[in-house]
Amino acid sequence: MVTLRHKNKVVSVDAPAHAQLYHFIRNSSDDLSVRYGCGTGHCGACTVLVNDQAQNSCSTPLWSIDSAEIKTPQDLIDDPVGQVILNAFLSEQAAQCGFCINGILMRLTGLLKANAHATDEHITEILMRHLCRCGAHTRIIRAAKLARDQLSQTH
Amino acid sequence: MMNDLSPSLNTHPLASQWIKFLSDGTVLILSGKVELGQGISAALIQTVANELGFKASQIKLIAGDTQLTPDEGYTAGSQSVEVGVKALKHVCSIVKDKYAQTVCVDFKCSIQELELSGGAFKTINGTGSLSFYKISEKCPLSTIVLNESNFPGRVTLTTSTTHELRPTQVEAILRTDFLSKFTGSGYIQDIKLADLWHARVVRGPHPFCKPISYDLKSLETLEGVNKVFIQHNFIALIGRDEERLGLALARAKIAIVWSNPGISPQEDIPTFLVNQPCETSIALERNNSKYVDQTQTYKLKAHYSRPYTAHASIGLCCAVAQASDDIPKLTVWSHSQGIFKLRDQLAQSFEMSKEQIRVIHAQGAGCYGHNAADDVAFDAALIAHKLGINVRVLWSREDELSQSPMGAASLVQLEAEILNTGHIVNWNTQVWSNTHLSRPGWGEGVQLLGAWSAFEDQKQPRPKDVPLPTGGGLRNAVPPYSSDKLRITHHFIENAPVRVSALRSLGAHANVFAIENFIDELGDLINMDPVEVRLLNLVDERAKAVVKEVARMSEWSQRGPAGTSIGTGLGYSQYKNHAGYCAVALQVEVTHKVRVQKVWACVDAGLIVHKDGLMNQIEGGIIQSLSWTLKESVKWDKESVLTLDWEKYPILEFDEIPEIQIHLIDNQSHPSLGAGEVATGPTAGALSNAIAHALGVRIRHMPFTFDNVKKAIEAS
Repeated sequence: MVTLRHKNKVVSVDAPAHAQLYHFIRNSSDDLSVRYGCGTGHCGACTVLVNDQAQNSCSTPLWSIDSAEIKTPQDLIDDPVGQVILNAFLSEQAAQCGFCINGILMRLTGLLKANAHATDEHITEILMRHLCRCGAHTRIIRAAKLARDQLSQTH
Repeated sequence: MMNDLSPSLNTHPLASQWIKFLSDGTVLILSGKVELGQGISAALIQTVANELGFKASQIKLIAGDTQLTPDEGYTAGSQSVEVGVKALKHVCSIVKDKYAQTVCVDFKCSIQELELSGGAFKTINGTGSLSFYKISEKCPLSTIVLNESNFPGRVTLTTSTTHELRPTQVEAILRTDFLSKFTGSGYIQDIKLADLWHARVVRGPHPFCKPISYDLKSLETLEGVNKVFIQHNFIALIGRDEERLGLALARAKIAIVWSNPGISPQEDIPTFLVNQPCETSIALERNNSKYVDQTQTYKLKAHYSRPYTAHASIGLCCAVAQASDDIPKLTVWSHSQGIFKLRDQLAQSFEMSKEQIRVIHAQGAGCYGHNAADDVAFDAALIAHKLGINVRVLWSREDELSQSPMGAASLVQLEAEILNTGHIVNWNTQVWSNTHLSRPGWGEGVQLLGAWSAFEDQKQPRPKDVPLPTGGGLRNAVPPYSSDKLRITHHFIENAPVRVSALRSLGAHANVFAIENFIDELGDLINMDPVEVRLLNLVDERAKAVVKEVARMSEWSQRGPAGTSIGTGLGYSQYKNHAGYCAVALQVEVTHKVRVQKVWACVDAGLIVHKDGLMNQIEGGIIQSLSWTLKESVKWDKESVLTLDWEKYPILEFDEIPEIQIHLIDNQSHPSLGAGEVATGPTAGALSNAIAHALGVRIRHMPFTFDNVKKAIEAS
């Protein structure tokens, strides 16, 4: 059994060796905001925050994160940093199909929570953990920098 | 008179089949063109805002439902704006015309005294207002005929009287689907039905493999498997726990002995393609003999190629199916590009009537052509139909990259001569390629992977390609440059080492890449600048305009000498030779790898409907083409597809993204032209030309990986 905190609730779940965080979120907590892309941690689509650290939920075993607090894209609406990032992506229309975006939003939230003054290089570095197939990259980069600029002014 | 705006206006001739005005003041669009990530939903909503003056918040959209929406064929081929938006615009215009006449009678005013705002006709003096809904109660949309030829004797409506009746304010529409997708559900993968089962179809290392032997008991006892469904060679694992089922699938694949797929092993693409049996035909021949004195010509012959490329969407193909005792007996949710054709093929496979099956479009991850959406829909439909259950089927990443249809490889041989004056003569194109279209409904038989396994009498239909002028393997094989003689030869190769079908721009990626390299190489023979040689040989003024503009944007005249490791190149095409015009210039630095620094593009897609959507499509087309051209290549051996994950099949990453500057020519006097695929060919051509400028060495075979660039340098 492991205990996780999600949406201010404490949940205890069985954690057999194979059980990954992604499936826990999708199946056990009625949260459909996490995306599944590859199952091997290559594409970043499934990224969530575990104790404010970005992690690929498809390859994070539940047993390894006992007592952790989980944040998913669903939580961004209520998160002051997440809100700024979300608004930047909406105003820049930074997506096409949008499937890769949720993971990107989470990793960016992790970065800008830790360092609102992240450099352009930091942003590119974290985006390297993600793939986008539609070619929305330039918009994503622009939205990420816009969010950083807005957050760095207030922090 | 038949309606030539869209054939669907003839098959769905009533306004009520396209739009509905609801009592809450909103308008509901019923569209057969579906959202594939390309932003068509915003363009459709924008059209209604433009034409009828509704606010964005008052416009709803149902797109793709065999019971509710018109059949507008496939959402493909950059036709959604060109045909789908045009059809909707026509509907709005006819309705506006008819309703305006009614309002004028009611208000005893002239059309000039009316304006449109917030979903209502209003008199300019502010005394009268009548909503579209109210008018529709008196004048139902079902009585408004869009195509008079189907209803002879009715009064023909004309839009001319209300042509100037425009909304007072038109809102610029943004994508309304983003927020819910970013923070919640919105994709087919998120559909949850009551009593839902999960299923995984067990497939071999190659789509042409069949199971030879397996121990059923060992499949049935895999953890997470409640039932094994077997029909002929179709094997599916069914269970409630999706995670355990995924693990069981991996085990089941290796527990089954698979047949050899009977494919030729991989060689370099030009050798592989010319060694395949093929059917040769002359697709086009012209002889204008306009240059009499051809004594001083310089001849050139060159080969160019592209490999097989994967669809490689970030999300996995998925479908949900529901069985019922009532009609429809089968409801299938699919992210197919053509739900009506899918329904027809499901009905054919299951020997059911079309009315017994309903297919509803649900959005998937990015779709760039014929992916496995139809295949997985068959998988789910078969299981639901045979077992009478609700089921969700999701493909694995491995299957996505091995079993899905892929973009076909091409070898293009070009020969021509250039005169001292820069004019081109004796152009001869030869293309070796497979079919570029195997969608359900194209050709004979059922084009669904699962059907070939589940039914003994269903075989993969014999491939056939799309003929010119649209072309599959020959798409854009006709050069835009004037030549006295022109011959296009097609070497159609039936057998492919992987499944092949439509992938964004089909053969145009390879053909434009080849032509745009070749035109530079012809220019080199007489020391003529690439822009000059293009402008001299292009005929169409709109073509010349985009080339000139991109030359200006990229400061072409300042591009500097060749061979400095930094280079600029240019590419141009008019997609399909009849859709949008696009010129791309591109700057690269070549060191141990090719780094694209800047891209400039100029596009003329006629009248712009949704500017940001168009921009987004062009940006995406450029980036996807850079990814294909620089990095992508499907690998296989005689038993299997080898490129099964993102490490073995790398695509462009965020540190490889150039600065992109796009100029759109809003050519309001010309109809909207398809633009979603315009950039792929010109980008590939510009990239290769830029590398040639940077290195002094031309790379004629994609992808431009370190090994291929090294090979080209050594060969030079």
